[in-house]
Order: sequence, then C-alpha cells, then structure tokens
Amino acid sequence: MDNIAGSKPALVWAVHLSAALLVALWVFPTLGLFISSFRTADQIASSGWWRSLSTQEAQMPAIRLKGEEVQRDGVYVIDGTLFDGAGATISRWGFNSKDPEAYAAGETAALPTGEALTVTETGAFTLSSTQTMADLRMPRVFATASTPPQFTLNNYDTVLFKPAPGQSVGKAFLNTLTVSIPATIIPILIAAFAAYALAWMEFPGRALLVAAVVGLLVVPLQLALIPLLQFHNMIGIGKGYLGVWLAHTGFGLPLAIYLLRNYMAGLPRDIIENAKVDGATDFQIFTKIILPLSFPALASFAIFQFLWTWNDLLVAMVFLGTTEDQMVLTGTLLNLMGSRGGDWEILSASAFISIAVPLAVFFAMQKYLVRGLLAGSVK
Amino acid sequence: MHPAFQAVLTIVVGVGGCIGYFYFANLVLDKVLFPARGPQAGRNINRANMIRPWLFLLPALIALGLYLAYPVFATLWLSLHDKTGETFVGGANYAQMMTEAKFWESMRSNALWLVVVPAASTAFGLLAAQLTDRIWWGSIAKSLIFMPMAISFVGASVIWKLIYDVRPAGTDQIGILNAVYLALGGDAPQQWLQIPFWNNFFLMAVLVWIQSGFAMVILSAALRGVPEDTIEAAILDGANPFQIFFKIKVPQIMGTIIVVWTTITIVVLKVFDIVRAMTNGQWESQVLANYMYDKLFTASDWGVGSAAAMVIMALVTPILVWNVYNARKEMR
Repeated sequence: MDNIAGSKPALVWAVHLSAALLVALWVFPTLGLFISSFRTADQIASSGWWRSLSTQEAQMPAIRLKGEEVQRDGVYVIDGTLFDGAGATISRWGFNSKDPEAYAAGETAALPTGEALTVTETGAFTLSSTQTMADLRMPRVFATASTPPQFTLNNYDTVLFKPAPGQSVGKAFLNTLTVSIPATIIPILIAAFAAYALAWMEFPGRALLVAAVVGLLVVPLQLALIPLLQFHNMIGIGKGYLGVWLAHTGFGLPLAIYLLRNYMAGLPRDIIENAKVDGATDFQIFTKIILPLSFPALASFAIFQFLWTWNDLLVAMVFLGTTEDQMVLTGTLLNLMGSRGGDWEILSASAFISIAVPLAVFFAMQKYLVRGLLAGSVK
Repeated sequence: MHPAFQAVLTIVVGVGGCIGYFYFANLVLDKVLFPARGPQAGRNINRANMIRPWLFLLPALIALGLYLAYPVFATLWLSLHDKTGETFVGGANYAQMMTEAKFWESMRSNALWLVVVPAASTAFGLLAAQLTDRIWWGSIAKSLIFMPMAISFVGASVIWKLIYDVRPAGTDQIGILNAVYLALGGDAPQQWLQIPFWNNFFLMAVLVWIQSGFAMVILSAALRGVPEDTIEAAILDGANPFQIFFKIKVPQIMGTIIVVWTTITIVVLKVFDIVRAMTNGQWESQVLANYMYDKLFTASDWGVGSAAAMVIMALVTPILVWNVYNARKEMR
C-alpha cells in the first residue's frame, strides 16, 4: 500500500487533505463552543465565533445618557462617555431607533426637545442646552461601533461562583463527582470476582451464565426505571445518591464482567495451573495473580464506567431528586438550555465545565479506552 | 450528612464489604463448612470447590438479577396493568398506544434514526480509519475524531445547538449553519430544529458526530488486521487504490462492520438525551425513549410508558439473540 501511495504524489496529497478536512469538521463544533465561552455576552450575540479575532462593527444596544449638568459660558452642558474603557470606535450614531445611523461620529445633532448632542468616535458625548436639563428625560443614543476582540474569564466566574438560584454549576460539578466515583469503583470488585469464576472455574451452567451476561449487555436500561424506583421506595432508599450508585452498579456490571472475563480468559493457563500445583487456593490465585495481571482491563472498564456515569442524564433524572443538592451537571445543563437558551455566555461556559473532566480523562487514558473498546465489542 | 462524605463512606463500605464478603465467605467455606482435613478431607475439598464459584458469583448475580433481569419482567407486568399498576387491563395499553399519533411519529423517527445513524457513523468511521491509517499525523487525527465520544449527549447538544442557532434576518448569524446557508445564497435564516421531518436529520448529525470515532477505532484495528499478501496480490494484478479498498479490504472486515453497526444500532434505539435537550420531541422529532419518558414521568402513565419500553425491548431482542448466538459459538 505504501508503495502505490508513494508512487502517486497526487493521491498522497488527496489523502492528507481529506483527512485534514475530516478532522476540521469533527473539531469545529467543539472549538466553536470553546471559543464562545471566553467571549463577552455582547460579542457572542452580535457575531459568529469564527470572527472572534477580527474587529467587529455592530450596532450596540441603546444607551441612555447620564451625567452631571454644569453651566459653562451661560450654556448648560452635560459631558460624559457612552461606555467606559471598552476600546470601541463609533462610526455612526443616532438618537432615534428608527434611524440609528443618522449621524457620523463627531457631528452635532439637534434634538427635537431643543438640545444639541455631539458624540465623538471614542464615545464621549456633549449634551448642551440653553435651559437647565434637570427635569429632562435624558435621550437615548444608538451607536454603531467597532469593537476589538475581547476575551474574558467572566463567564466561568459567573457560572461557578455567582450563579443564579438553582443553576449552580459548581455545586452540580461536586454532585456529579459524588455520583460517579462510587459508581465507578464499586462494580469493579464485584465484577472481577464473577469474571474470574466465569473464566477459570469449572462448574455446571458456566456457558449459560456467560451467554446471559452477553444478553444483558444490550438490555435497555429504560426498562428498569419504574420497577427499580418502586423497589427503592419499597426498601426505603427512595430517590437519592444510594439509589443512583446501586443503579449504576447494576447497569455497569454486564460490561464489566464481559470485559474482564474476556481478558482473564486470555491470560496464560500455565501461570494459574502452576500456582494450583503449588497449593494456592482460588482466592489466593485471584488476589495475587489474576487481579494484578488484569490491570489493563480493570483500567479500561473504570474509564468506561466513569465516562458513562459522568455523562449520564437519564439515570440521574430518574433516581436522583431535583433539589440543588442532587442536581448533576447534565441535568443542570438541560435546565439551562430550557431557561437560558439564548444566553450563550452562560451555556457555553457551563457546558465546558461539564465536559472538561471527561475530556481530560479521555486524553490521559486514551490507550486503555481504545483497548477496552476493541475487547468490548462483541466479536 | 454531606453527600461527599456519604460518597466516601459508600466507597469504604462498598469496597470493604466486597473484600470482606469474599474473604470471609472463602474462609468459612474452607475452614468451617468443609475443612480440608480429617477422614473426609478429599470429599470436602471437592465439595468446597463445587460451591466456590457460586460464592464468587453471588454478588454479581444478585445485582444483575435485580437490576436488569427482574425489571424486564416487571415492566412486562406493568405494561399489562393500568396507569398505577393496580388493575389488570390486558392489551389495552398497547391498543391505546397504537392510536396515538405521537407514538407513530416516534416509530417513524426511530426508523429513520436506525437507518441513517449506523450507516453514516460506519461510513465516516471507515473513511476516517482508512485516511488516517497511513499518514504520519494519523494518531493525532484519530484522537481528535474520537474525542466527541467523551462528551456527554447533553454537552454535545449544547455544542450543536450553537451551530443551529438562528438570529433574526438582517442581523449577523452566530450559528455557523445559518451563516453558511446565507453565504451560499439562502434567502432567510432557518429555524433548523423546527422544520418538521428534516429536523430529525439535524438531531442525527449529533449522534453521528459522537459515534463515528467509535466506529473508526474498531474498524481501524480491523483494517490493520487485513493480511498484507491479499493486498499485495491485488496490487500485482493492477488494482487501483479504490478497488483495493472496496473489493479487498472491506469484504475481509465485513464481520467487524456488522459488529460496529449493531453496537451503534443499540445506542440509537435508546437515544434520549439528544432529543430531550434539543427539541424535546416537538416539531415531529419525537423518539421512542423520550416518548416513554414523557409517558412515565410527565403523564404518570406507567401502563403506556411500560408498553413503550417493551417496544424498545422488542426492537433490541433480535440483536440480543444474535449476540448470544455468536458468543456461544465462540465459546465452543
């Protein structure tokens, strides 16, 4: 294959180009949200994230003038600036929403109420009148301004430390950790013992049990919702963390047993038989030999289970309550999409906090994840 | 009690309990019930070895039985009873479901999903695997295409909702799809997620985006397993790269392609989060799992909800049977 590809430079280029295109297509969506999470709310709303590095010209929301009136040369004057230190440059402005670009920067307009208004490029304005403006309802200014790119950490600050009531992402982050860590650790041990029995112990019905595990691998957990909720209510757990941990343990077990059994069954028979000849019991063989040797498979499953429990929405919605103490990240994000659907600065930062941990785990442990996938897909 | 403290406690109790159970159960079996000494030592060892596998399996069997096997039957039972699960109503829930437009809409959407998502994910995965296999930056490319796999369905929905975002005509579009659409000469910005029927495809794109990486990883390993000599023989016979790919490689990895296809099919049958987060089944985009959730928890109708769950189960069953059949064949 290398030699034919090598003999046709055009083909090599085509491969590189199409691969680059495919990668770009796959990275683009995430990148968009990532960049958006660092932009100010105004900029997100006024221009696409792909233009975030260029200076943007946009019409700003109406600004009502304010300032102290002073008397200068017999004229009443209010000096001020439309915005503080934003670095924006005004090109056109107006005082009427029907004609927001009526004047160029630096021009003076006569307001219908008798005052004269000047707005300069930098946003400084001068409102002057022959009578006092103390009782005047101050005019609004519409400005078309170009703003330089702005990046900020404020969005993260807001969602983590100053959330609106019931939308605490920081709290949800801790809740999610609380759900996923026990739900990852507990099934491993239970599954490991069962997998050893299924891989290396002889007993009637073994093949049938393996088949049952393979079957349970695909049973939709949708079926389990109501029966288990009833069961949890019956034994007095109700909705809460204990119920979620148990549910995740149960739902994770088939994959855990399947992965670990396949891996353990592939371990060399000699080691185990030698240990048996030397008088080791099954329990010793398991804890001293099998468990350490199965580390890669244990790691694979742990990553799967962690990603799955961290990213899960349905199990948390059903088995956890909806109070702030029990909202996980996915649930909070879903609520935000409903209630703050247009506030991309909030949504994007929240979403990124929720996917940061799985992404870190993914990039750090990709090797084990791939290994697990290859072993886990039913061949 | 603070939940985090409860979590630590649960880990300690859970892990400690497991270790304790396995350790002491073995101890009791070997030292108390069937000690390997005395006149019946030989028989005792055999007996202990007959029981031991079940000791090892017991916690897993209880958990699997209670959390996966029992619910299948309990749901079947619920689906034959009324809203609260008290009175037997026979097939009435199924009959009622058949008369609901939303149910048929869900069936239609699911059918579309079942065709499009596995096909597109497998195709993209195969393409990505083939393209990245022999270039020097292939592993980086693979990582990046594989990455969405780690993102939650809800997170992915937020990501894609920004792509589909719409602003009033005349203002700058911040959703890239509308920006591209207008740049290519579209007349007005579109509410992509609210166009009946076609919105299904915009939702499917999210799942294809997530699942293609999975397909790529599996198929890439399979492609590497294709024997070199079959490819060399084809080159000697003058086959071009496309012929080699479609006529030599793809047929040899057909088994793996089917595995990938069925695995994604199961994910599709259970798809819930994406629809819930992006449209919540409005504008003709309902799917079975979300229909079921609405019935169970919004309408509090356990009968019809369970009936819908049984439909999902019925759709999964052929794959279940096929997997079990293959696993048994392999065990022999």
